[in-house]
Amino acid sequence: METIQSDMQVLADSEQKNKMQSDRYNKFVACISPKTSLTKSLLHSFVFGGAICVLGQVLFECFLMIPNMTQKTAMTAMLMSLIFLSILLTGIGIYDNLARVGGAGCFLPITGFANAMASASIEFKTEGLVFGTSVKMFSIVGPVIVNGVVWSSVAAILHYVITMII
Amino acid sequence: MKIEIIHESKKKCNFALPTNKVETIKSGIKANQIDAFKNKKRQRGVIDLITPIYVVGRASFVGKKEKGGPLGEYFDNVVYDDKNGQNNFEQAEIQLMKDATLTAIKNANLQHSDIDMMLAGDLLNQLNVSNYAARDLSLPFLGMYSACSSFTECLIVGSAMIAGGQVDTAVCSVSSHFASAERQFRYPLEYGAQKPPYAQWTVTGGASMVLCNNPLVTSHREHADNRSHKGGVKITKAMIGRVIDLGTRDMSNMGAAMAPAFVDTLLRFFANTHTNVADYDLIVSGDLGKLGSDIASKLAAEKGVVLQKNYLDCGGIMYAHDQNAYQGGSGPACSGVVINSYILTKMLLGEYKKVLYLATGALMSPQSCFQGETIPCISHAVLFEV
Repeated sequence: METIQSDMQVLADSEQKNKMQSDRYNKFVACISPKTSLTKSLLHSFVFGGAICVLGQVLFECFLMIPNMTQKTAMTAMLMSLIFLSILLTGIGIYDNLARVGGAGCFLPITGFANAMASASIEFKTEGLVFGTSVKMFSIVGPVIVNGVVWSSVAAILHYVITMII
Repeated sequence: MKIEIIHESKKKCNFALPTNKVETIKSGIKANQIDAFKNKKRQRGVIDLITPIYVVGRASFVGKKEKGGPLGEYFDNVVYDDKNGQNNFEQAEIQLMKDATLTAIKNANLQHSDIDMMLAGDLLNQLNVSNYAARDLSLPFLGMYSACSSFTECLIVGSAMIAGGQVDTAVCSVSSHFASAERQFRYPLEYGAQKPPYAQWTVTGGASMVLCNNPLVTSHREHADNRSHKGGVKITKAMIGRVIDLGTRDMSNMGAAMAPAFVDTLLRFFANTHTNVADYDLIVSGDLGKLGSDIASKLAAEKGVVLQKNYLDCGGIMYAHDQNAYQGGSGPACSGVVINSYILTKMLLGEYKKVLYLATGALMSPQSCFQGETIPCISHAVLFEV
């Protein structure tokens, strides 16, 4: 019994020692690992994200020139065109190269969402239409949808309560 | 009838082991084997192969990107199509492994029927690729998994089986494929995700080596080149690694996770064989990458082992700087193809005589990493000599 207890003690001691060693090592790794340059990432995101937004604005203006086009319909048409372009570029293997440079600039606009869905459905096509494409299509964008629903519900409730009080 | 037989055997057993006899047997073991055990303990952990195991055939298949790298000229077999003429990336990898295995057997001047066993490993769940390749090759098969160090694990088990006299020939194969690994461990291929600068690029390739206890069976190609040393390259020593985990959590920074495992096995190998860096012409690590090998050099230097000119990392030399591979190659095939083509060719040319090869593997699964677990790593060592 005594030997078991002493063994446990040794194990506990070594565990503590390991934890100290691991903390030290993690600090060392964080120090030596190369980091992405913040200014460069921000600049790239600004340029790529800005370009996508400019393209959206240009498309919007073009759609408005069509007779009998309302603002709302032009907006929808512009979003659909951007999504179409994004999925097309994903399919022919260009969008991921753009996004590798553009970062958040390519990820945040609606094009990023379209890319995430399209890439997952292309990737898992080999597992069939039901268990591959349909199931895995939301594997990346799932969190976006969940968070979108949850936080917009919270916002709606807050809005309702605040208007009731005021 | 049956009851009687059991009864009889029990009786026999009781008669055969009277108490005083047991004691004599025990003391006999003590007297004879304590010395042997003590002698063994000096080289604890080192697998000292009684008969050297010869590398009689080898083959390495690589993808387009690897062929375009600095070692491109050493790779004979290139697969330019990502899908290797198959329907999907997993099948492409299965085909890669089958091609590599069959080519290695052919290069060894052996027939399919001469091979006694196949040891294979890859990165996919349930050793998917190895199992299907073994199904199609219909050889006696053991699946080996220690992530990117699977090749050393195959070599160790294969040579130990041959040295133990259980089999005469064994073929060891590994494979990895960028697209299939990416899908299992990371994101879909076309998804626009940025990788951190310390990430690594999974090598598309398949490597296979035929081991034999008979040096006379040498590769056809090596004979034709007329450069072959007597008997060719052989495996003389090996060491099984310990699982080392220094608590890194970042799945992208595998070099940092694996470096301590590499240093641990390296130091244990040196201590238990009473050698040091200068005794080897080359020390090869598997796929630590540029960052990982820097960390490994620093960790080793802390323990008084200076890794300089005679140290190289297969992942670090796999791709050129402009190939966008971040810190370099990874995957079981990474060190496999480099050892099979670049290192062994140079050994046969007489440039290196003693090469210590330590592949490293990160034994993580994405699920446990998301659950907050750290990354356990392992590194096995194999000593090649000409």
